[in-house]
Amino acid sequence: MPNELSTWEVFVRSQNGIAHRHIGSVQASDSAMALQYARDVYTRRDNFVSLWVVASEHVISSAGQDLVAWFETAHDKDYRQATYYPVPQGVQHL
Amino acid sequence: MSAVMSEQSAALEAAFQAWIDRGDKVESQDWMPEGYRRTLLRQISQHAHSEYVGMLPEGFWLTRAPSLHRKCVLLAKVQDEAGHAQYLYSALESLGVDRDAAYQELLAGRAKYLNIFNYPALSWADVGMIGWLTDGAAIVNQVPLSRSSYGPYARAMVRICQEESFHHRQGFDLIRALVEGTPEQRLMAQQALDRWWWPTLMVFGPPDADSPHSQQSMKWGIKLYSNDTLRQKFIDQTVPQIHHLGLSVPDPALYLDPQTGRYQSGPIDWSEFRRVIMGEGQCNQHRLNSRRESWEQGAWVREAAACHAAKQAGRSPRKEAEHAE
Repeated sequence: MPNELSTWEVFVRSQNGIAHRHIGSVQASDSAMALQYARDVYTRRDNFVSLWVVASEHVISSAGQDLVAWFETAHDKDYRQATYYPVPQGVQHL
Repeated sequence: MSAVMSEQSAALEAAFQAWIDRGDKVESQDWMPEGYRRTLLRQISQHAHSEYVGMLPEGFWLTRAPSLHRKCVLLAKVQDEAGHAQYLYSALESLGVDRDAAYQELLAGRAKYLNIFNYPALSWADVGMIGWLTDGAAIVNQVPLSRSSYGPYARAMVRICQEESFHHRQGFDLIRALVEGTPEQRLMAQQALDRWWWPTLMVFGPPDADSPHSQQSMKWGIKLYSNDTLRQKFIDQTVPQIHHLGLSVPDPALYLDPQTGRYQSGPIDWSEFRRVIMGEGQCNQHRLNSRRESWEQGAWVREAAACHAAKQAGRSPRKEAEHAE
């Protein structure tokens, strides 16, 4: 491959107290370049307080799993929800 | 030189306090005073360990639940507690503490956790009391903590509180089933309430006057309300629920103050609290032994996982080389 750049996933935090969220990716040759590019590509207008870049090859994905079986946790387990339990009339703070 | 440094650190601390006072949050990469970090470490590790140790009294009842349905519910709850411990150990790691190190402190018997888990769950009704009362107390304590000044801790708390609500209600539901049952079941519920009421009030920690760290914690926004404030809120919310079920609070001095509309509780026996914290509760040693036993019994799993990972790591370069050809 002539192009030796690799893909980096970019995460931004808009303000302290809020978790970083995935915003996209960049192509770069190393982590420093990735961080610089992420700044240039994604932070030109909005205000952010923090950026993370993670090499895409280090992201382990659930793709390939049987989607339905993998995420089917709650269908027949509605007793895991608070709303499953009736609250008698007149009882508060439950 | 040291005068310059202390001047600098005083300026940093003042800026930090101003940041907190504005309601801004602190994240792991931000500068923080050493005392702030130490306080967080103490609180989050106590909290993480509590979630973990909290599985033990209930875990005992998993194979003794009175129906398959109740067993499923309890299993889901105990699984949640393990998850809560995971969220909190992660928050602890954001402060640069190694999970294994925190865990070894617990296994060595040095790390603190909620005192209430040093009491035994003697009957099925005790399982209900843990959900309804102990998790009810946890909700009163933790809902404000989801606005704590330390971001990773606050975010863990949001998730925990959502799940805690299920714990609280299933506990109430379990007790309601008992009080609507036979006279023996009703008695079982009352006796469990008698056992759990006072230890639950102690969950909020010593009275404000004897809680040396509280004020600084509140100044830093780590805690938002004092122990006594939260305890009172819990009493005011829970006593009417107890009355609704036709049970009685094991506190002859309790009365509703018509002036304030709040319940006045009788004196709490803090000597018992101190005695149990010092290791003389009914189950301190038992809980410690259970943790050590599961750690030792799980050793082969950790070894097998490490062995498998090493084997995979040894394989992958060859695979990649094959792929390149």
